[in-house]
Amino acid sequence: MPKATFSIWRGNASGGQFIDYETEVSAGMVVLDAIHQIQAEKANDLACRWNCKAGKCGSCSAEVNGMPKLMCMTRLNELPLEKPVTVEPMKSFPLIKDLTTDVSWNYRVKKKIKKFKPRPPDEADGSWRIAQEDIDRVQEFRKCIECFLCQDVCHVLREHSLHDEFIGPRALVYVAALEMHPLDTENRNEELKKAHGIGYCNITKCCTNVCPEEITITDNAIIPLKERVVDELYDPVTRFIRLFSSQ
Amino acid sequence: MGEYQTYEHDVLVIGSGGAGLRAAIEASSHGVTVGLVCKSMLGKAHTVMAEGGIAAALGNVDDRDNWKVHFSDTMRGGQYINNWRMAELHAKESPERVRELEAWGAAFDRTKDGRILQRNFGGHKYPRLAHVGDRTGLEMIRTLQDHGIHQGMEVYMEYTVTRLLKDGDRVIGAVAYTRDRGRFVVFKAKAVIMASGGVGKAYKITSNSWDCTGDGHALAYQAGAQLMDMEFVQFHPTGMVWPPSVKGILVTEGVRGEGGILLNSEGRRFMFDEIPENYKLQTADSPEEGWRYTQGDKSARRPPELLTRDHTARCIVKEIKEGRGSPHGGVFLDISWIKEKLPDAVEHIKRKLPSMYHQFKQLADIDITQEKMEVGPTTHYVMGGIRVDADTQMSTLPGLFACGECAAGINGANRLGGNSLSDLLVLGKRAGEYAANFANENGPSEINPDHVDTQTKEALKPFDRAHGAASSEGPYQIQNDLQELMQNHVGIVRNEGEMQEALVGLKLLWERFNNVGVEGNREFNPGWHTALDLSNLLTVSEAITLSALERKESRGAHFREDYPQKEESFGKINVFIQKDGDGKMQVKHEPIPPMPDELKKIIEEMK
Repeated sequence: MPKATFSIWRGNASGGQFIDYETEVSAGMVVLDAIHQIQAEKANDLACRWNCKAGKCGSCSAEVNGMPKLMCMTRLNELPLEKPVTVEPMKSFPLIKDLTTDVSWNYRVKKKIKKFKPRPPDEADGSWRIAQEDIDRVQEFRKCIECFLCQDVCHVLREHSLHDEFIGPRALVYVAALEMHPLDTENRNEELKKAHGIGYCNITKCCTNVCPEEITITDNAIIPLKERVVDELYDPVTRFIRLFSSQ
Repeated sequence: MGEYQTYEHDVLVIGSGGAGLRAAIEASSHGVTVGLVCKSMLGKAHTVMAEGGIAAALGNVDDRDNWKVHFSDTMRGGQYINNWRMAELHAKESPERVRELEAWGAAFDRTKDGRILQRNFGGHKYPRLAHVGDRTGLEMIRTLQDHGIHQGMEVYMEYTVTRLLKDGDRVIGAVAYTRDRGRFVVFKAKAVIMASGGVGKAYKITSNSWDCTGDGHALAYQAGAQLMDMEFVQFHPTGMVWPPSVKGILVTEGVRGEGGILLNSEGRRFMFDEIPENYKLQTADSPEEGWRYTQGDKSARRPPELLTRDHTARCIVKEIKEGRGSPHGGVFLDISWIKEKLPDAVEHIKRKLPSMYHQFKQLADIDITQEKMEVGPTTHYVMGGIRVDADTQMSTLPGLFACGECAAGINGANRLGGNSLSDLLVLGKRAGEYAANFANENGPSEINPDHVDTQTKEALKPFDRAHGAASSEGPYQIQNDLQELMQNHVGIVRNEGEMQEALVGLKLLWERFNNVGVEGNREFNPGWHTALDLSNLLTVSEAITLSALERKESRGAHFREDYPQKEESFGKINVFIQKDGDGKMQVKHEPIPPMPDELKKIIEEMK
């Protein structure tokens, strides 16, 4: 059977290095299979996360040859195997060990977003009537598997580490799913502008490019949210008055 | 050692899939403090993999549906050894539980008049499954997660429980370790809810994830609780078979619900060849009638592809064994053929089965809108589990409750697709409610530090062995050998001789387990985690094998070639497993309590 070399980052917060492991490659294999094989054969304590192995749980996020990917959905036949395949942890979060990072920040951020608040039920049995067209829009956002690859690639978080001021694309998709939910009655514009820091996003669409669920994050979630914030909080008439009164 | 953090809650929930989350939400609403322990991260539990839908007799698509039809479908599917009270509660309460999810933000697919859409599924007489495309589990777990985090519960992510703590018979807490640092912690609680899911990792070919290692089953058993119906392991008829690395990954029954058909290598629709007696009246006579059923024609009966999972899996195995399988050892599942019937078939398939389209395209280079899939049976679910009271979900040990896959009763000999998600909600809620009541009525107990010490020392032994002089063995090979043993000896088709061999094999594996060693340190060390999970896998494997030997008949998911018929006498009993005074596993059976006349009447009317 042919073999390939995987250059895997090993180490923890106090330091580490890439270590090369050679392993056999068979038809249909994905990067996660190679990691598992190496773990079973050569490095029992190699740390990585995974659950479903079918692109549904979003646990096995890592950077493969420098690209943020789900390891379970990255086929080896898409990669040049004549040179070592590098596998390293996500960069936007603190390292735990090897391929695992501390992603708990994402959970804390989510908790701060105002929760779903439905309008009163339409029917006596507590149910609602909603047209499929009205649900389609949020269903796109609700496909999110919380792999956090969009957070990993977002330069506001990755390069500038503005985790305290900007909630990142995943959390904005979550806000969009709530704001555009046909039943929701909450208003989150003030928080979007201030605490959630939506203004930091300058629409480079890196998040959209890496989303394994192919959610159109920037165009369908973030831009419409920015427009809502502008419509409500940057009313042109008051801005005009402000402009002249300050001179 | 001897150093550990202690966390105290009124109710401790072990497991954060659908059942655990629903239980934790309910307990919180009763004003008690709740701790929720997740083996993986929150929202990643195996519920996320559920595809098809939540079974609930809402009657939105076919108004002939009601709880009585759902109840009798569940009992028929379970071959009448289900706990009838659980099946009754489940059928009655699941519509309310689904509507509740909508109130918490779930965005289900809709009917034309704006209500929750329901789809056809195996063994359900009417379209009954509320769904979101083929990613219903994700919608459900996310809804519960996003609602749950605002209910005041404390969430412990990536903690693994290794032992339940007791005071006399009463369960009062648990010992766990943290994944990132490998530190031990103690949870002290007035009531404990086990919601740890399944045992799929005991088998080689499985749709289950790494953490489905029967922890709850084994921990409850070790603590002295009874297990029930462990012989019934569900092999889902359609898992992927190629490429090798994806073998076992689930292909939703929804494919067949939307009109998908099963074919052998000769192109024959073999499911029409053999239809069980008790389903004859409900099954279509012709492919044409079957198609009309999937398109909502109320006068049509369901196609044989939508018979129960146990039967469908065995029919597939038969085709493969008799040489009519597909090139990679499965059979064909075809949804692309519906383009003969529907003008916009390609778009329709992508809309109804988006994640199946994605999964095959990306992992197998197959476009399911144009080509046939190859599928074969995969270990999917265990009907057996912790014996619990139907109304309260309390186990045979005071203070220990169980719900979801790790609890037994509702499914009997075979679970209907879609009944799991509704079971998680209905019985999860009940477990939460009654555990909260128990916590309110019973004061705290004191944890004996010796119990904690013994456990933590035990858990660290694999490190000592690897560093000692003795020739210890790594955990992965043992796990692999166990999976092969169970797959080959206690799988879809069973017999006395092979299962006796399995018992011998398990004994040898226990010996190897006692010599397992792991390299490295306690920091996020999957080798160590695998070693610790092994004892749970071995315990449940032994329970499955002993129970399967005890049931000398074929019923539901349990098929024995040496006893291929159903036996009336075994239709009146459940098989139980319990640890005896010497720590040995004992098997016994008990009669099923008599069903009340009004429920009997319902079953009679629905025949």
